[in-house]
Amino acid sequence: MEILKVENLKKYFPVQKSFIEVLFSKELEFIRAVDRINFSVEEGEILSLVGESGCGKTTVGRMLVGLEEPTDGKIIFKNKDLTSLRGEERRAMHRYLQIIFQDPYASLNPKMKIGDHLMDPLLIHGIASNNEAKKMAIEMLERVGLVPAEQFFNRLPYQLSGGQRQRVAIARAMVLKPEFVVADEPVSMIDVSLRAAILNLLLSFKEEYRLSMLFITHDLSVARLVGDRIAVMYLGKIVEIGGVDEVIHEPKHPYTAALLSAVPSFEKRDLRIDIKGDVANPRSPPPGCRYHPRCPFARRECREIEPDLVGDTHKVACHYPLEIRVD
Amino acid sequence: MMVAIAEIAERTEGNDNVLKIRNLSTHYFSRRGVLKAVDRVSMDLKKQEFVGIVGESGCGKSTLAFSIMRLIQPPGKIVEGEILFNGKDLLKLKDEEMRKVRGKEIGMVFQDPMTSLDPLEKIGDQIVETIQMHEDIGKNEALEKAMKLLESVGLPGDRVNYYPHQLSGGQRQRVMIALAIALNPTLLIADEPTTALDVIVQEKIMEILQNMKEEGRSIILITHDFSLAAEKSDRIVIMYAGWIVEMGDSSKLVKEPMHPYTEGLLESVPDIWLQKKIKTMPGFPPDLINPPSGCKFHPRCPHAMEVCKREEPPLIGVNERLVKCWLYK
Repeated sequence: MEILKVENLKKYFPVQKSFIEVLFSKELEFIRAVDRINFSVEEGEILSLVGESGCGKTTVGRMLVGLEEPTDGKIIFKNKDLTSLRGEERRAMHRYLQIIFQDPYASLNPKMKIGDHLMDPLLIHGIASNNEAKKMAIEMLERVGLVPAEQFFNRLPYQLSGGQRQRVAIARAMVLKPEFVVADEPVSMIDVSLRAAILNLLLSFKEEYRLSMLFITHDLSVARLVGDRIAVMYLGKIVEIGGVDEVIHEPKHPYTAALLSAVPSFEKRDLRIDIKGDVANPRSPPPGCRYHPRCPFARRECREIEPDLVGDTHKVACHYPLEIRVD
Repeated sequence: MMVAIAEIAERTEGNDNVLKIRNLSTHYFSRRGVLKAVDRVSMDLKKQEFVGIVGESGCGKSTLAFSIMRLIQPPGKIVEGEILFNGKDLLKLKDEEMRKVRGKEIGMVFQDPMTSLDPLEKIGDQIVETIQMHEDIGKNEALEKAMKLLESVGLPGDRVNYYPHQLSGGQRQRVMIALAIALNPTLLIADEPTTALDVIVQEKIMEILQNMKEEGRSIILITHDFSLAAEKSDRIVIMYAGWIVEMGDSSKLVKEPMHPYTEGLLESVPDIWLQKKIKTMPGFPPDLINPPSGCKFHPRCPHAMEVCKREEPPLIGVNERLVKCWLYK
């Protein structure tokens, strides 16, 4: 069963211009952060969304939870198009759709007790009375390993370490028993020795609640570990999507292969897939395939025609997909 | 402790060591108390060796690098030890003498290139200024040299006319490396040079560092990324809470970790090609103002014994490895 489906989702940010520029140029310019993407997530499934900084992966996550209004496209969650819902109707849906942010130092209110961070969502959604909410908050603090929970309940964020704060952020998302969570780089600001604990905690919620997740990360090793499927983004487009083993061991897109060859590992594989130059400006992406200026295999077609994302379970947007296997 | 230090000295005596650090301590004096960021650390670096120093935030790896460069600012202070660079003790040099060592003999690449570059000055002028500070050559000659330096790190020479904001993060970090090697230092220290960068750019920066090594320089790479250090360096130094807890040949250390912290770290890092579950390391890194007694790792250690709580473990040599742990006594 599909729990979430994204259709032709698009987000263009207008480029801020100076007054003089506005006077002399007619057209508004846009940064095409997300450009007509399609994907779906099954119930109880984790989809890892990977890509380099600026590829649009965070914008996708922010649109799903309503922090960014899509320029175009549909977000179908539990058979309802979120982009058509407004006000109370929309808010009601967000009980089931939560987000965990990257920076646990910025995502908690410094003047608010840890307990209130967990009680507020319960009260706002009218799920529990004050007493019940407090009980649920304490249970959830225990569940994420912040014990003794009564003590953590009364603390302020500055009294907690980064790892503990991220546990609070997870607890706040999970206290509503959501069906879908967007986790945006939840471990990239956490100490190396504490990352495993946070990842295992998230995975335990997946097991327990049959939770579905969009796991956004720049780290392919983490994407592989937590994901059932992986989607690779480049310049606002999904260039490859498929099962974790398919994408990692049989990468079809030259960009995926280039990423794989650059990931540090204790047992490095030599893929010998090169990548040229730097990422293009998302204001004026290259014509044809957006990756062609950097692709060692680019031919004429690649410079002229934009490839569609095609395939059965393992989809790729490339005119000349690779046929390789890496073990 | 002293025995162990003598032991390292003995092992490496007569070798072509570029850098010898002996019993180095750097402390920060705060209102809450004394924070021992680097706590009696000893290590060596050979000519043309690539060493990776691995540890979590707060383990003292950056403080160690800044201590070698003598860039520690109050409330921090180097309180004891020796840093022998080509035989001379950097800690005994006058400020002016040390200034000549920085850049000319030891180059450093910092984590954040945007805060290290002057935003109002062209890239070329910044390199020229550095060269002319140390070498008596004309502006045109220096500019030509700057262009060659940029080409050596894979940037077109005409980037001398660019301002930092016109470059991407990866390009800026290349400029930083060009600046660090402008005076042809024999030792290059790179402090988390790729932390803010994407993997593909990281790979290119690492290639440049490895070329620097091939050209005869010694490299110290400071990183929190264990797999990156394992992949790129000849030898790995693992730091925890201001101590060096283990060091040895990279591939051997990864295959057979000896210190429980190294082992735990290896088990907790996901790897792209290895099929494994990751294990959670218990506990948190310690508060260094009130560190645990005995071995600072004992509260998190699955093998902790009585002695670990009471006494600091010695640094023990096992074959080619050094490990600071009671398990091997």
